[in-house]
Amino acid sequence: MPEPLLQAVAISKAFSGVRALRDVSFDLFAGEVHAIVGENGAGKSTLIKIMTGAVAPDSGTLVVGGRSVPRMDPALSRSLGIAAIYQQPSLFPHLTVAENLAFALEGVARWRRVNWSARRKRAAELLDRVGAALHPDRLVETLSMPEQQLLEIAKAVGGAARVLIMDEPTASLSEREVDRLFRLVERLRSDGLGLIYISHRLEEVQAIAGRVTVLRDGESVATRSRDGLSRSDLIQLMTGRELSDIFPKKAVTPGDVALELRDVSCRAAGIRNVSIALRRGEILGLAGLVGSGRTELAGTMYGLTPADAGEVLLDGRRVDITSPARAIALGIDYVPEDRRRHGVVLEMAIPANVTLASLHLVSRAGFIDRDAEHATASRYVDALRVKAASLDDPVESLSGGNQQKVALARALAANPTVLILDEPTQGVDVGSKSEIHALMQSLVERGLAILMISSELPEILGMSDRIAVMRGGTIAGVLSRAEATQQSLLALALGHA
Amino acid sequence: MMGAYRRETAVAFGIFVLGLLLVVTAPGFFTAANLNDLFLANLPVLIIALGMTLLIVTGEIDISIGSAFAVCGIAAGTLAKSGAPLGIVLLATAGLGAALGLVNGWLTSYVRVPSIVVTLATMIVLREGLRWITQGEWVHDLPADFQWLGFTQRSYPVVVAAVAAALLGTFAWASRYLVAARVMYATGSDPDAARLAGIDTRAVKLSAFVILGALTGLAALLNSARFNQIPANAGLGLEMKVIAATALGGTSITGGKGTIAGTALGVVFLGAIGPALTFLDVSAYWERAVQGAIILAAVAADALSGRAETYATHLLRDRA
Repeated sequence: MPEPLLQAVAISKAFSGVRALRDVSFDLFAGEVHAIVGENGAGKSTLIKIMTGAVAPDSGTLVVGGRSVPRMDPALSRSLGIAAIYQQPSLFPHLTVAENLAFALEGVARWRRVNWSARRKRAAELLDRVGAALHPDRLVETLSMPEQQLLEIAKAVGGAARVLIMDEPTASLSEREVDRLFRLVERLRSDGLGLIYISHRLEEVQAIAGRVTVLRDGESVATRSRDGLSRSDLIQLMTGRELSDIFPKKAVTPGDVALELRDVSCRAAGIRNVSIALRRGEILGLAGLVGSGRTELAGTMYGLTPADAGEVLLDGRRVDITSPARAIALGIDYVPEDRRRHGVVLEMAIPANVTLASLHLVSRAGFIDRDAEHATASRYVDALRVKAASLDDPVESLSGGNQQKVALARALAANPTVLILDEPTQGVDVGSKSEIHALMQSLVERGLAILMISSELPEILGMSDRIAVMRGGTIAGVLSRAEATQQSLLALALGHA
Repeated sequence: MMGAYRRETAVAFGIFVLGLLLVVTAPGFFTAANLNDLFLANLPVLIIALGMTLLIVTGEIDISIGSAFAVCGIAAGTLAKSGAPLGIVLLATAGLGAALGLVNGWLTSYVRVPSIVVTLATMIVLREGLRWITQGEWVHDLPADFQWLGFTQRSYPVVVAAVAAALLGTFAWASRYLVAARVMYATGSDPDAARLAGIDTRAVKLSAFVILGALTGLAALLNSARFNQIPANAGLGLEMKVIAATALGGTSITGGKGTIAGTALGVVFLGAIGPALTFLDVSAYWERAVQGAIILAAVAADALSGRAETYATHLLRDRA
């Protein structure tokens, strides 16, 4: 048996106590496409980062070309012939194609005169090798996404890469572009490269991978040859997990429809013909893969990217949600995914954050009533059990879970009837997580309607009354709590229903 | 709260030390006449710096105020010569300043040109436009009641001191208790989060430009009234003095942070340091270099302590 190009042996990694990978082993041979699949958060990106040296493992070893590499770093990994192509290209947009290639490939002799003609010639050769019809003098910012991807591949090939890692390379490609990419992958494979292919699209995995490794919750559950491996096998392997968390969800009799979307589209956000109804007293889960348009749909419902077609009805009346201010005035509030960047103002104290979306409730004629503001803040701090040394602390000084609670408090202080929660427990410790879940339950009992976006299937399944699954900017299907399983959700999200 | 009012305390201490030094070495500095001159010369800086603080808090900047100051001064003089009553002159001058601010604000907020570029352009346009219209000609032969705005040379400083104190108090209070100010701080701290909280960040920035413009007009009028003619080249370098005092007072150039009290202290310190150097027999050529060094030190201190604090909060968070 030939020696593997790359071998990861018993890799474990935890981020501040949260396990990302446990005892994962993986190998790649020359002339092979080896796919890695798994749900969001299964540990795929961490594994790649360890192979490229961006992240150091807590334990385990990397073996490249038969040599053990005790301490991998990005430069070393590149010099060992490992190249990675991420979803977002890492190119210099204001430089030309040839210059971008030169940056990656030419030496670091800083004061050497640039040989422009040689640089262009080399670029042209490389581009030709990967079948990219690009002029070397074009500015990278004028390239389309697939063209940038080809340039990335040319960079890798030119750098004599032996291992090429591709992370969701087809996420933004059309079908024809995917075909072209696959032909290139096939050619590189037959040239003797080893390719690691990461994708959510199982049909692609089945089409081009020789072997498939399935990660689940940071563990490698199987490495199988493609032959005899069906899609349902893969889905089973990806999800086969007991619901380990206990969710405080109780059935609430749903009330009237609070918010209804009819055929809503928003070209700027990539939302197409979305129709859903959200009832009072209901938690509607919004599931889907990364990039399926969940956050974008929330943005449209909140007026960040207003709908350009279709109707939005609030309590049966047609409304135009043109800005977040309008949404808040209508009683729709949104707690965004990236709370540090969007949910809270880090430098401001807790009361100022809590009342930011509801200043009209604690002020008269434009004058803030500081006592009322403090009272509001301390009421929510108590109700949500925000742990802070002092109310006047900047939110920056709080832990992630407590920052999230402040973001929630800000939304609740505006007295919404519809609450959109985007990944409400992402990066939140277990204790705060169940507190947030309990809070959601008590809110729907009080008649609020909650739309919860979550990438965590157990959370979606455990907390939702109904689950809408998105794919490609639209609703692929809606499942009741009874009919939803990890398998049925994932099948809808992947498009194999 | 960690390090609250640290900058204000530091600048106040600097002023105290400077004062002490002058009491010992150059008691002549503290004559009424000298202090009166110093106050009147720095009054425009103080008034404009109030508005500049708010604007920088929203994360924007305006470097055209020196030119706007000159334009407003000439306009005030011309209007007064035409026989308009003082009340009208006051309103028109402040209104003209506000209109100029509106243009800057609109280009920044709605056309989305970075404010440094917008106001660099309007700085040049206003300055050169004024030069072209006036042909460098000063406004002479002002009506008798224009100088000292109808007050006497003795009472005028008292009146404008009262105006300045009232403005200072109003702005300091408003920056803490007005919704309009709160949204400025939120906008400057984190525009995305502010927008998601339903704040119209563009309107917020626009209004900060307008307030600064109106204050610039007011300052131009109060300054013009000190002389019996109005120069067409007033306010050269004024923007630098104003921004420097604001930065020295602790307002973060990246927005979201800053107090009116800090700015006022910054104006006092920077206004006093130049003449103090003269009294201390340091060559006048060093004045601006020393001012520059002080500002650099202040901003660097900000950057360093900011970094240290961020690091500390990270440590705290990890422990929590």
